[in-house]
Amino acid sequence: MSAAAPGIAAPVRVLRFWNTTIGKKAVMAASGIILALFVIGHLIGNLQIFLGPDQFNGYARTLRHLPELLWPVRAILLVCVTLHIWSSLQLAVVKSEARPIGYAKRTPAGSSYASRTMYWSGPIIAAFVVYHLMEFTFGVGGTPYHEFDAYGNVIQGFKVPAVTIFYVIAMGLLCLHLRHGLWSLFQSLGFNHPRHMPRIKRAASIIALFVFFGFSSIPLAVLTGLIPQVL
Amino acid sequence: MKLIFHIWRQPARNKPGRMVRYEHANLNPDMSMLEALDVLNEDLILKGEEPVVFEHDCREGICGSCGFMINGIAHGPLPKTTVCQLTLRHFRDGEELVLEPWRARAFPVLKDLMVDRSAFDRIIAAGGYISIPAGSAPDGNDILVAKDDSDRAMDAAACIGCGACVAACPNASASLFTAAKISHLGLLPQGQPERDSRALRMVKTMNAESFGQCTNIGECEAVCPKGIRLEVIARMNHDFIGASWRAR
Repeated sequence: MSAAAPGIAAPVRVLRFWNTTIGKKAVMAASGIILALFVIGHLIGNLQIFLGPDQFNGYARTLRHLPELLWPVRAILLVCVTLHIWSSLQLAVVKSEARPIGYAKRTPAGSSYASRTMYWSGPIIAAFVVYHLMEFTFGVGGTPYHEFDAYGNVIQGFKVPAVTIFYVIAMGLLCLHLRHGLWSLFQSLGFNHPRHMPRIKRAASIIALFVFFGFSSIPLAVLTGLIPQVL
Repeated sequence: MKLIFHIWRQPARNKPGRMVRYEHANLNPDMSMLEALDVLNEDLILKGEEPVVFEHDCREGICGSCGFMINGIAHGPLPKTTVCQLTLRHFRDGEELVLEPWRARAFPVLKDLMVDRSAFDRIIAAGGYISIPAGSAPDGNDILVAKDDSDRAMDAAACIGCGACVAACPNASASLFTAAKISHLGLLPQGQPERDSRALRMVKTMNAESFGQCTNIGECEAVCPKGIRLEVIARMNHDFIGASWRAR
């Protein structure tokens, strides 16, 4: 920052950067990395439910009893979600203004379904996150909730088929969103090499599928009774 | 060979336009799409109607003048081919074809299938050049360029500025065009002194001309008649992010 002896103050440069389409996409990519890392960490944590109620509730209790870890992580996630959504909304305005008159006929020639539906999958995932927090963090999602019985909450929550269906659909959309987002972020941040990009794309698809099957397995296991329902 | 055209007719800039149906039964499958329009126009002129306006120059696929949407694909269904090089044999006898101009706020329709692409000129003017004292030709191999760099610079320099990337992009983004120019100069030693200012100024102009953002979906790459790759956009992003960081 100081190496180039800037005549322009750092905040001005940041604001200038933010006011370009490439700047907003870079912010979207950077916040997306953190959100994706959280999703993967969250999944690994959640899969402990298959190890039984003691393990899972112990994990949940550990998180709640580490406020010095929990709250900074929540703050960072909130900032990332805000930046991710804010930049996408502003870019949606740019997009709508860039082509005021559309085509009578339009045929996609090279884009994936996942990439074309980012503006659909994103808001639905956001709505899902709100419901998910209401159900399992605040306990106001309409399903039975007992603080410090995370295992029981999950079992009770996913016994409702509508909830399970909504979760599985949301995870399908998250899978699509990640499938495009996880490689697209490299491009947005300026990295694309013909030798590495096919591997990055393949890794993005594998992680996206892992996230889908991993998260979906929990509500489906509850609904089908594959998980011991101690209560 | 018979084709049914639905062509966007618009008398002038800022005038309302509409799709008009034309049927032509006397076409040769070896004709190019532009020659088909020539034949259609001859008939229209004989009938005392306004001929369909479209841009064209070399008709060899290298000048970047021609281009319009055919059934929703920029330059039509054949990859790496401009409409002047697209022959009718690639269509079925009796097929219906919807011909529309490039659609973007930055590319206002001037007449029928012709749009004003001077926004591209302004992006180039903002930094798509190198400032050197132009004298006699420099000695060959005076400045050494790695083979890999020269290849990639040449690939990027193949851009003819036709505007298909903007037309195909759901966000009407000019990223592929701008990035091709930034890459072509930024990969070569001669382009280094102005590399940062070039990225900053060309991107700023691209945004100011109301082109949309790049969402990395690859529609531009699929329709580009010169096969410019999405990699150039990453290079532009890289140069722009770095230059923003270093900006004075």
